[in-house]
Amino acid sequence: MSTSIKTYSKSDYINFSVLMVLGFLVIPMTVNSDYWFTSILIPWLCLALATIGQQVIMGYTGQLALGAAGFMAAGAFACFNLILRVDGLPFFGALAISGLIAAAIGIVFGLPSLRIRGIYLMVATLASQFFIIWVIDKFGWFKNYDSSGIITAQDIVIFGRPYTSPVDMYLVILVVVTVMTVLAINMARGSTGRNWMAVRDMDVAAESMGVSLLKTKLQAFAISSFFCGVAGALFAFTYLKSLEPVAFDIKLSFKILFMCILGGLGTINGAFIGAGFILLFPVLLNYLGNNVFHGAIDATIISAMEQVVFGVLMIVFMIYEPLGMARLWENTKQRLFKKKDK
Amino acid sequence: MSTIEERKFKIGDPILEVNNISLSFGGVNAITDTSFNVLEHEVRAIIGPNGAGKSSMLNCINGIYKPQKGSIAFKGDTLSKITPNIIAQMGISRTFQNLALFKRMSAIDNILVGRKLHSKANFMDVALQLPKARKEEKVNLKKCEEIVEFLEIEKIKDTPVGKLPYGLQKRVELGRALATEASLLLLDEPMAGMNVEEKREMCRFILEVNEEYGTTMVLIEHDMGVVMDISDRVVVLDYGKIIGDGPPEEVRTNQNVIDAYLGVSHGE
Repeated sequence: MSTSIKTYSKSDYINFSVLMVLGFLVIPMTVNSDYWFTSILIPWLCLALATIGQQVIMGYTGQLALGAAGFMAAGAFACFNLILRVDGLPFFGALAISGLIAAAIGIVFGLPSLRIRGIYLMVATLASQFFIIWVIDKFGWFKNYDSSGIITAQDIVIFGRPYTSPVDMYLVILVVVTVMTVLAINMARGSTGRNWMAVRDMDVAAESMGVSLLKTKLQAFAISSFFCGVAGALFAFTYLKSLEPVAFDIKLSFKILFMCILGGLGTINGAFIGAGFILLFPVLLNYLGNNVFHGAIDATIISAMEQVVFGVLMIVFMIYEPLGMARLWENTKQRLFKKKDK
Repeated sequence: MSTIEERKFKIGDPILEVNNISLSFGGVNAITDTSFNVLEHEVRAIIGPNGAGKSSMLNCINGIYKPQKGSIAFKGDTLSKITPNIIAQMGISRTFQNLALFKRMSAIDNILVGRKLHSKANFMDVALQLPKARKEEKVNLKKCEEIVEFLEIEKIKDTPVGKLPYGLQKRVELGRALATEASLLLLDEPMAGMNVEEKREMCRFILEVNEEYGTTMVLIEHDMGVVMDISDRVVVLDYGKIIGDGPPEEVRTNQNVIDAYLGVSHGE
């Protein structure tokens, strides 16, 4: 298997087709519990999209940025206001513009990356997290002067047809996530991604090859925030079904950071693997607690266990496999295929 | 190895002129009032003991360091607002003393980054895989495959360079510099830490590039045998000052140079 092939190989197309059939046909037809759609598939796709955003800036460009949830909030509230205030704006249009607004904010908060790096940049980008939430809270206009603090998100309407059932919303998200993931893979594999990684691995050398640090870093911040913004809008409109700044707090930023690291820095499929793991792991623990131990273990202990296991896993992965679960998956696949060859 | 008579590209006028450069870090003078030039199509070596200011000199030309005094002119233009990025656009590329490869990227990807200045497609073209981006990628990939073949690193082209042995990493780095198609290459100790065999191959690559494409080379090297073999002219630095400048035979017999290398104490 050659990684240098820049055009897509046959196996890429086969994988893509299989996933598409699975996502668009098999899952909607076989899964009939709303629980799976509303509590697992929908948040998984939304958070995976945000994690791709985090991958672009952290995994590919090597800028330690922490504040994905802030940009998600920006996207969510932008989308709410666009649908509220612009008549006849189609949902996908509002989604795209929300992403662009988040991207513009991302560029502004990306500016410090030109001067500082590493852990200091993380602190600087943390400002975006708090600043965006503060602005939304402070100025009533963003919440349409709603005093309750929780605003119900509008229904998703596409070509006059409302998409409100869990399966419908799942399909809407799947379309957006598919398109954006393909775009992300194209960029990551192409010259754009190479410039990002060059800046990540050795910025002086990258500059000597004619890669502009200013342009590349800000571009990565913009694209990263775009992905987070769109993910945030989808997250609010389909999973939360409401808009409240509290939902986009620092905890969510950390969650996305963990998804990014556990999934594997600098991989796109790692975003999906990491998001899936972090979402499903508590579900699994609960299941074990209820069905294996029959409630013998207190629920609070289970949720505490969750934190412990995540923490340990983070450390283990950082030390032994910085490329995360995506790499484990690749290794397993290669081992399986090698055995078949013999 | 190379005789001047059979050269396809005759050595021409100065392409790079370094005029009265001074560079200091705090109280330490790395380079003091130094001038030399590089002629088009020549192989120019910079030699000198450790700490003589050789790498600092390349870093000045490349725009990483900004000399406090003096000027550098490339192809007749004085470089005033110099950053590595602008220098690269003017057609100067380089390799680094302690390897500055993109460690987690494959060898071919490293070399492909060298094609940056020949890539016009923006991120939207790439994201949407528009014909413009696809065509460009194909051309760049072909060019890089040629370089891979020339440097005889086909077998390791898909390996992350961080996992390669030192000698091969040096070769990949040369490949990346070649991919830029720069008219002036700055090579900072391209043969450091190599065995005789690897050195011989590296020499061959450097000379072949110089002969085939007429690329001007400025290289820093410690191995005097290598320097005498491949360079047209040699600059000798010691304590940031030039103590010798001329063809290898002349420099070799220069008393100052011999003293510097044998460690005769200064100020006598």
